[in-house]
Amino acid sequence: MRVNFTVNGRPQEADDVWEGESLLYVLRERMGLPGSKNACEQGECGSCTVRLDGVPVCSCLVAAGQVEGRDVVTVEGLAEYAKERTEHGSCGTGACGTPLDAAKKWQAKPTQDSQTGEGVELSPIQQAFIDAGAVQCGFCTPGLLIAADELLERQSDPSDQDIREALSGNLCRCTGYEKILDAVRLAAARQGEAV
Amino acid sequence: MDFLRPASWEEALAAKAEHPTAVPIAGGTDVMVEINFDHRRPEYLLDLNRIELLSEWEVGEENVRLGASVPYTRIMENLRAELPGLALASHTVASPQIRNRGGVGGNLGTASPAGDAHPALLAAGAEVEVESVRGSRFIPIDAFYTGVKRNALEPDELIKTVHIKKADGPQQYSKVGTRNAMVIAVCAFGLALHPETRTVRTGIGSAAPTPIRAKEAEAFLNAALEEGGFWDNGKIITPSIAKQFADLCSGAANPIDDVRGTAKYRRHAVGIMARRQLGWVWEQYRGTGRTLEGAA
Repeated sequence: MRVNFTVNGRPQEADDVWEGESLLYVLRERMGLPGSKNACEQGECGSCTVRLDGVPVCSCLVAAGQVEGRDVVTVEGLAEYAKERTEHGSCGTGACGTPLDAAKKWQAKPTQDSQTGEGVELSPIQQAFIDAGAVQCGFCTPGLLIAADELLERQSDPSDQDIREALSGNLCRCTGYEKILDAVRLAAARQGEAV
Repeated sequence: MDFLRPASWEEALAAKAEHPTAVPIAGGTDVMVEINFDHRRPEYLLDLNRIELLSEWEVGEENVRLGASVPYTRIMENLRAELPGLALASHTVASPQIRNRGGVGGNLGTASPAGDAHPALLAAGAEVEVESVRGSRFIPIDAFYTGVKRNALEPDELIKTVHIKKADGPQQYSKVGTRNAMVIAVCAFGLALHPETRTVRTGIGSAAPTPIRAKEAEAFLNAALEEGGFWDNGKIITPSIAKQFADLCSGAANPIDDVRGTAKYRRHAVGIMARRQLGWVWEQYRGTGRTLEGAA
């Protein structure tokens, strides 16, 4: 079947989608967006977290057919998504968002420094993860970024308990949780200063 | 596999009548796991996401009419005063991502004895409104669970609305697991005081083939509270009554040994939860002006 939906602010079309396929599979294997990670495939680990109509969900548990006409934001579009939010509140023109080609090519290029984030377009939460040393193997990072960004969108000054709860559906097997909490606190503090 | 995308409730009922083997999918938090792991290859998936009435709720005089697909997150945020037990139960469901998708209709459809909503529904009192092209009917929650992962639905029926009694007294819910998030209940317990009828109701999860009430324990406690004039004098419930109630709740459980826990442990834990919750709800009942909202 064919599925039409918006990915990172741009209309997309996926063809030859199997009816039992997950949104995660469509994103990774059909659209070439491997940012959302595939780990447990049962909603336990949060590695595949994306925003579906603004709401964080496990994309492995959303049937592809269910996203027809809906709006998905993945980690590849997070920087642009956060930028639009800061500048305009939200995208009103339809001209914003991240083109699929740009999203596919998203990577820390040799000319850019993936250690410091310099030269790479990053959202504040991504920059905070780098600055706080919250990335180890990196596999859980995309899901955590989406979940943490959504928390900071709805709560500008979250308590530690709020952060723990918001990230309770995301597992890190390097067990780097303390640094991850530091990163969210850092992003929240920076967000507070900017206002 | 075929993916059916009805745009309205009527279309969904027609599709289910035409394809009784179709598996309804809303939040997908149970169905997609089975498909991802190749445990299930349904002939038809029946997507209910586009049917708005399933995501709506309405607070009436006596009941809350809860659409089958209202996500747990919405219940926690909006219905804490009316449905304190269910709001507490909702908060124990998995993780924010899962609570954003899953709802009570899915819990009822799957009818797992470990479903988090069941003890709260049993304790509060509820009816499940199901419908098919043949018409609609109300199934009392006590008659809904018919076996392990079996319910009273006919093949052509869909769950539409859950009619849950609004709280007329304190309610509690707790669940045993290895951590706070992402836990399938080792066992769970819900308790509701109903001061208007001077009764109590219970719900036990994950400690019998189906979610059950501890009816003997309820009858004992109803009689003991009446006899001691507790509803009027608001005195502290004596430890011997609390112990007897807890023992009867333990006795009502009919658990098995499995990977999550032993039968012996589950029976024990049900009793502990029952005793503690009785203390909590009674304290809440005695303290006038205390909020009915559950503390999550």
